Amino acid sequence: MSETVGIVIVSHSKDIAKGTADMVRQMVGNEVKVAFCGGNPDGGLGTSVASIIDAINDAWSAKGVAILVDLGGAETNSEMAVEMLEPARRDHVVVCNAPIVEGAVMAATESAGGSTLAQVKAVAEELSAE
Amino acid sequence: MSMQAETFKALVKVAAEQVIASAPELTSLDQAIGDGDHGFNMKRGFEAVLGKLDAISAQPLDEAFKTIGKTLVMTVGGASGPLYGSFFLAAGEALSHDRHLPEDLADVFGSGVNAVSARGRSQTGEKTMLDVLVPVLETLKAAAGQPDLIERVRTTAAEAVERTAPMQATKGRASFLGARSVGHVDPGARSSCVLVQAICASLERKQ
Repeated sequence: MSETVGIVIVSHSKDIAKGTADMVRQMVGNEVKVAFCGGNPDGGLGTSVASIIDAINDAWSAKGVAILVDLGGAETNSEMAVEMLEPARRDHVVVCNAPIVEGAVMAATESAGGSTLAQVKAVAEELSAE
Repeated sequence: MSMQAETFKALVKVAAEQVIASAPELTSLDQAIGDGDHGFNMKRGFEAVLGKLDAISAQPLDEAFKTIGKTLVMTVGGASGPLYGSFFLAAGEALSHDRHLPEDLADVFGSGVNAVSARGRSQTGEKTMLDVLVPVLETLKAAAGQPDLIERVRTTAAEAVERTAPMQATKGRASFLGARSVGHVDPGARSSCVLVQAICASLERKQ
């Protein structure tokens, strides 16, 4: 497959992250790399910077990676994770300001069409602009 | 181990133990206006710091601060991980650039406070840990070199945390509650106060 923007889903709940990834897969099959993570370092509700870094690397594509998050801590931890990536990758990963389920589905659908990272982010964020 | 390393190790130990001991209170404050995980998260983070205490205190001071910061980032599991983590990472970075303790304390502390503000995209008055950290920084500047510095910092932190009760939260999970966040002390402000006061108490015992 030609390279498409990777999608990472970060929720406080592993179940929500997995369910969202399942919905994305249903839309785009294997055309887009999708990775997800949820849960704090002990496995309870929360997010883990280490897991987010792993998910970004799993979904890595030369076209970059778009991250969809649920609530505040997921966003803060995702921004931290991006800063801790190797420098060559850091500038090609964005956190989208969009609702997690709709945002992930919209972003992945846009990505499947071969769009750039900026286009994928913009489409996901249109959901928050209304 | 040098005197400074001994002192630093004792400071980190006391601060971590006090945060861990305050976990039930932090959780109960967070249950009132947040998701109730602040106590557990801070406990997990500072237990990880305690677990590395020997390694941390064997490092040069700037590296020790950065290790504490990175440990909190990787283990806390909530927004407070990157927030407190960024404080210690930035303080360590300041120490790597020709700043020294104790003489540059306000400067180093200020680097940490700026990092928290940037990470949380937050200012004072939004019912967050900054509502304790910024007043403490102001006291560190105003009372630098004064014999009653520690006492003034303690008082500042204690008064600042109470002033978060009437504030309405506009950042973090508590902002979802809108006006209903009024009347509760902010858990992040409280954990910042616990840390500041533990360090003050440890320094006072040493004097």
